Amino acid sequence: MRRILWPGLLVLALVASAVAADKTIPMPPDHTYATLKPGAGVEVTRQQCVSCHSTDYIVMQPHGNARQWDGVVTKMIKVFGAPVSEQDAKTIVEYLATQYGN
Amino acid sequence: MSALSRRDAAKRIARFGTVLAAGGLVAPRAPVLAQDDPVLAGRPLVRYPEKTDLILLTSRPPQLETPMKYFDRAITPNDAFFVRYHVFPIPLEVDLAIWRLRVTGRVDRPLELSYDDLKTRFPRAAVTAVNQCSGNSRGRFAPRVLGGQWGDGAMGNAEWVGARLKDILASAGVRQGAVQATFDGLDKPAFPSVPDFVKSLDITRIMDDPDILVAYQMNGAPLPMLNGFPARLVVPGWYATYWVKNLSEIEIVDQPFEKFWMKPGYRIPDNACGCVPPGTAPSRTVPISRMTVRSFIASPSPGTRVPVGRPVTLKGIAFDAGHGIQGVEISVDGGATWRRTDLGGDLGRYSFREWSATWTPGQAGPARVMVRAFNRIGESQGREPLWNPAGYLRNVVEHVDLQVG
Repeated sequence: MRRILWPGLLVLALVASAVAADKTIPMPPDHTYATLKPGAGVEVTRQQCVSCHSTDYIVMQPHGNARQWDGVVTKMIKVFGAPVSEQDAKTIVEYLATQYGN
Repeated sequence: MSALSRRDAAKRIARFGTVLAAGGLVAPRAPVLAQDDPVLAGRPLVRYPEKTDLILLTSRPPQLETPMKYFDRAITPNDAFFVRYHVFPIPLEVDLAIWRLRVTGRVDRPLELSYDDLKTRFPRAAVTAVNQCSGNSRGRFAPRVLGGQWGDGAMGNAEWVGARLKDILASAGVRQGAVQATFDGLDKPAFPSVPDFVKSLDITRIMDDPDILVAYQMNGAPLPMLNGFPARLVVPGWYATYWVKNLSEIEIVDQPFEKFWMKPGYRIPDNACGCVPPGTAPSRTVPISRMTVRSFIASPSPGTRVPVGRPVTLKGIAFDAGHGIQGVEISVDGGATWRRTDLGGDLGRYSFREWSATWTPGQAGPARVMVRAFNRIGESQGREPLWNPAGYLRNVVEHVDLQVG
């Protein structure tokens, strides 16, 4: 029993130390469950938002009016420094308030 | 087709769809987790590196939620442990020959510690402690609040092994006048304008608490990358926001650190409950810190059909901020009467405490089982949920609805 077990443990230990020394993982692609609804402004919204985060960050939020979405977009620009132009911000807010409004 | 087999079929489809998505192909229809829970409905089960099937909240930065079935035991397996990152890109590769933990700022001896230094230069310390996201269960807030719409699975409990933070700071020699240490990890935002995820703790808090660790081991193994490999901060009793992952730099500073993730991020109303009337804004806020008392029923799962007159085993976990769980009670009559459950082994005051109870349903029909816990200083859980605009501190009495007969 022991003779069979030891070489196996040695291999396991070598694999474990190799894994511990340099760890690399792949990053899975954005999942398709959170694809933005079609509508006017969807392309601008997608392009501007996905440079920092996947669209599930948008679609999971409580639906809200233009005031809510303007607050969110303003926060992304002012607090998180998202490089979004004034015109694009307006388009994004309109899109979100229409497709994810209450 | 019964409800149960429909669920199983949907789960199988979910796994298959995940494989497609991970392979870069577009699944014809978004695979979803079959779930009656409105907060989790429509969320896919996904398998990330070093992880088992977890409930997807967001892809990038990744946020993955642990299914409730794993909370029928005290220790959460590493591959089922939840994931929450704040900024992207996240670290995908760490070479231990290069990785160092730097200790800089107002110290006499700046340090550059290797993984081996952490293990050999400081006494080895262990603590079993709950790591729970501040926003765990945010999806259940009413009125709803913006932010990650978590169910209840942004929590886990593990045995953490590492070096005491106070020993590391003592080795660096914290200078007079230093007030806080800041903690930064390898996750760095894509744009310099995006605030980097950096957190802080008071020096006095660190030096008074021998359970705050820089952990290099989780449940006897190296940390999964997505849980902070090669080392993360462990702050028992406090929310996970302080448990900085993939830790790379500790800076000792002589001013309170108030960048975004400390202020205005991660703050609660400055009052005893950390709450305000629903829909209102607090006048003053403070950084979030201690966790509230919570308990959950992990088994049976909601919607399970149980027979009349036959004993059913109920199982779950309870935890608090470190006073330790004194007792867990269940009610099957809407909270009119409560009875004690049996507690599992004590893994320490910061750990999940297992509980179990046997209940024999007396009559057919829908039944609700409720659970609440008390800690050793008498703190418990409310029948009505508290509310705050960030969706933190939730600890309402939980329940599962079952079908008898």
